[in-house]
Amino acid sequence: MEFLSYLISGISLGSVYAIIALGYTMVYGIAKMLNFAHGDVIMIGGYVSFCAMFYLGLPPVVATLLAVLACTALGIIIERLAYKPLRSAPSLAVLITAIGVSYFLQNSALLIWKAAAKVYPPVIDGSAQLFDGQLKIPYISILTVFACLIIMAALSLFVSKTKMGKAMRACSEDKGAAQLMGINVDATISITFAIGSALAAIAGVLMCSAYPSLMPTTGSMPGIKAFTAAVFGGIGSIPGAFLGGLLLGIIESMAKAYISTNLANSIVFAVLIVVLLVKPAGLLGKYVPEKV
Amino acid sequence: MKRVFAFAVAAVMALSLVACGSKTEQPSAPATNETSDSVQVFKLGSIGPLTGGAAIYGQSVINGAKIAVDEINAAGGNIQFEFNGQDDEADGEKSVNAYNTLMDWGMQVMVGPTTTGASIAVGAQAAADRTIMLTPSASGTDVIAAGDNVFQVCFTDPNQGVGSADYIAENMAGAKVAVIYKNDDAYSQGIRDTFITESGAKGVDVVYEGTFTEDTQTDFSVQLAAAQSAGADLVFLPIYYQPASVILNQANQMGYAPTFFGVDGMDGILTMEGFDTSLAEGVMLLTPFSADAPDERTQNFVKTYQAQHGEIPNQFAADAYDGVYIMKAALEAAGCTADMSAADICEAVVAVMTQISVDGLTGQNMTWAATGEVSKAPMAVVIENGAYVLPNA
Repeated sequence: MEFLSYLISGISLGSVYAIIALGYTMVYGIAKMLNFAHGDVIMIGGYVSFCAMFYLGLPPVVATLLAVLACTALGIIIERLAYKPLRSAPSLAVLITAIGVSYFLQNSALLIWKAAAKVYPPVIDGSAQLFDGQLKIPYISILTVFACLIIMAALSLFVSKTKMGKAMRACSEDKGAAQLMGINVDATISITFAIGSALAAIAGVLMCSAYPSLMPTTGSMPGIKAFTAAVFGGIGSIPGAFLGGLLLGIIESMAKAYISTNLANSIVFAVLIVVLLVKPAGLLGKYVPEKV
Repeated sequence: MKRVFAFAVAAVMALSLVACGSKTEQPSAPATNETSDSVQVFKLGSIGPLTGGAAIYGQSVINGAKIAVDEINAAGGNIQFEFNGQDDEADGEKSVNAYNTLMDWGMQVMVGPTTTGASIAVGAQAAADRTIMLTPSASGTDVIAAGDNVFQVCFTDPNQGVGSADYIAENMAGAKVAVIYKNDDAYSQGIRDTFITESGAKGVDVVYEGTFTEDTQTDFSVQLAAAQSAGADLVFLPIYYQPASVILNQANQMGYAPTFFGVDGMDGILTMEGFDTSLAEGVMLLTPFSADAPDERTQNFVKTYQAQHGEIPNQFAADAYDGVYIMKAALEAAGCTADMSAADICEAVVAVMTQISVDGLTGQNMTWAATGEVSKAPMAVVIENGAYVLPNA
């Protein structure tokens, strides 16, 4: 019974990582850049929905929608101002810019919302009871897992079935050739960022509901973990991000429960190192030989 | 055009970094400007986190100290204060910087810093400089170990651990206790250690111990599930209010409802933005100060604090308020004058600290040992309807 409840908290945590990792992996798969500001967009999503619920008294669904809108807009603005001018720059320059954007967002949040931690009101309360109340599953965990599954399925369908998705895959494969075929590469990348940021808003709401502490640095650690999850599952692969996130969450929970609460983070990253040694492209990643 | 815009963005970024630097309180001058020969105006400094995760403590300390300073100045006695409060974000290094700023300003006596980590750092400096230091709320034993000129208004961490274990042994016999503490924090670790030792001596049944660190203080579902499956009906939380708020929320979501027992770090949880105070219903904590105590001084202090800051003062504000009055009593007893240097005042005050006895909001007949430790009894309160009340045993 204990094992099951640890497993459930692991799956719940893993689903949050997975949703964030989906955002990372989409942007990487298509724009071939690591958007390190992703975690901070999540934090902004959390604050926007917090303000909508706490100060304006709006219902959680409306607050989530507002957060999605705000983050989508923010994602597009960040892409326009910070990343688009660097489209042809070396990837290292883009990476440093992303780190800069990350700090910019954190410090802006510090100025606007101050450093004192806020307690996030959960969007859904209580827990389901199984086996005569021996096993309790918080509804928020169930919601997170389902949200994660739906988002993954929707994203996979979008990328494989729609015209836009086709354009995205084309850009991912070869930007130059896609341009020659009449695909607007810039617009495609912008839309990718918009989708990634919308996902970040949803992740922000779910994460803050499950782990209700909101600070300007709230997004950074989960951001790093989700990036790890994306690499673990094979960066660029949508099911890979899902699998990686889930496994990472479960490993973290089990390590906390059975080995040591202090070593949990070290164990998570140790597992990543081992996986990358054995399978350099990640669990579901494609190994693409470098053309010389 | 594009380049202009890029510059603008860069400028905004740079500004935002600058703006994150520490904020400074304006020094508040004494009410009476004419300083006759008999009226001595001392420069009193205080340090605390006015921004950052522990900001509630620092703001309380500065506000509480300021109320005491205003009262003393308005009463027009022979000893008056000029007050200056500095921000340290609860960080040792920034606290030493704040201390140096105050020394440059001409500080003669210090009621601060607020938190244990910062006080250890500043204590070493104050001991070397021979500046009298009276911390309102830093409860670690390492704080007063810095030198003979460092004193505390609050009781020490070991005292809190022992007090909590004694209280549980006496009033909640047969409780199965789980402890969740932050083991990269001297404050939390210190209380936990003495709590466990005293629990062993008093026969309190500790069934589970869980830890967390700065990096893992957002998710306690595993520790709570383990405590629950170990059958704990009382969870002892020797931690600050921010992780405690997460624990209360997650326990509620899991449907786990033990009695939560906190220490003075729990103080402040009721004023957190967004916190559902009904979750804290029935939470017990050790604190020397209860805002609904009926005596006249407490009621006046609470009224003034509420009028100025719109909230009920916590223990930290009361400690700082007492700290200023203790400093005044010590300066009086030592017969210090405002033209003395900080080091001379320090020697004179250290000589009398062990002899004075002060009645304050946080205890009657407070006395000090030469180690700097205060003697006063901790008291347990329980949260009911969003306020601290004395438990009816």
